[in-house]
Amino acid sequence: MQLSVNGNSKSFEAAHMTVADLVSELKIVGKRIAVECNGEIIPKSQYAETQLNDGDSLEVVGAVGGG
Amino acid sequence: MTDELVIAGKSYGSRLLVGTGKYKDFKETRAAIDASGAEIVTVAIRRTNIGQHADEPSLLEFLPPEEFTYLPNTAGCYTADDAVRTLRLARELLDGHQLVKLEVLGDPNTLYPNVVETIAAAKTLVKDGFDVMVYTSDDPIIAKQLEDVGCCAVMPLASLIGSGMGILNPWNLQIIIENANVPVLVDAGVGTASDAAIAMELGCAGILMNTAIAGAQDPVLMASAMKKGVEAGREAFLAGRMAKKLYSASPSSPTSGMID
Repeated sequence: MQLSVNGNSKSFEAAHMTVADLVSELKIVGKRIAVECNGEIIPKSQYAETQLNDGDSLEVVGAVGGG
Repeated sequence: MTDELVIAGKSYGSRLLVGTGKYKDFKETRAAIDASGAEIVTVAIRRTNIGQHADEPSLLEFLPPEEFTYLPNTAGCYTADDAVRTLRLARELLDGHQLVKLEVLGDPNTLYPNVVETIAAAKTLVKDGFDVMVYTSDDPIIAKQLEDVGCCAVMPLASLIGSGMGILNPWNLQIIIENANVPVLVDAGVGTASDAAIAMELGCAGILMNTAIAGAQDPVLMASAMKKGVEAGREAFLAGRMAKKLYSASPSSPTSGMID
């Protein structure tokens, strides 16, 4: 399936993926992140049950240094 | 004497809040923040590194959220919608954390705030349950309006972000402080420790700064200086300074008992 992640188009072999699968594919399991799918925040508690669809646009954010 | 800063019902021993940007590395960030004595630290919300940089250390490893109160900001946002979106992501990221710093900018060169968008965002965020510390211009009317929409702290600039120009309009700050029923913190513009002291002497409840520390030749030493500047200014404010007069016919030493 094809997803947009942080503005980059990415292809994944799997035909069905959850947000939890994506986090695992991106090798950021356990990192403190927040995920937005098509403008909607996906709570951490719902990663495993939230199915992604081809063409979904995701934002994966973290905390960085700032003033 | 306990003289704590109370923001949104929580007490803090330090009146110096610091940013975590512009440091050489996370080690220097941590050392400077330790030297500053700050308990509240700001962070920005940005796209996370994925792919080859996924293993890079993160800021949170050096500044554990258990040790510090995080103040996620909306730096780089130019509309109310972007700011609200960013802080909702921050709340999810930080497990429901409600204390945030709202800033909506109006111009990429000066980083001057857009107060119209700022007020709109503040209304939405307060309604959504956030405790909003808001960055704004030093306009007393806007500061009051931000308090009226429910912000828990108002943070006027001393001068422009990153400029280090110091307190350019102490009179406006004084009017804002006099009229406010919430803590007023100076956010942006402080360049050195005397600026911090002057802001506190005016009666500011605290100061938020980043570049003044991170941009110093020795950030850790400057962080220590800022801690003392804030403390000195606060104590001077509480002590109540002597009245200024052009001259005084009242010398500090006795006028009697002089030798002939």
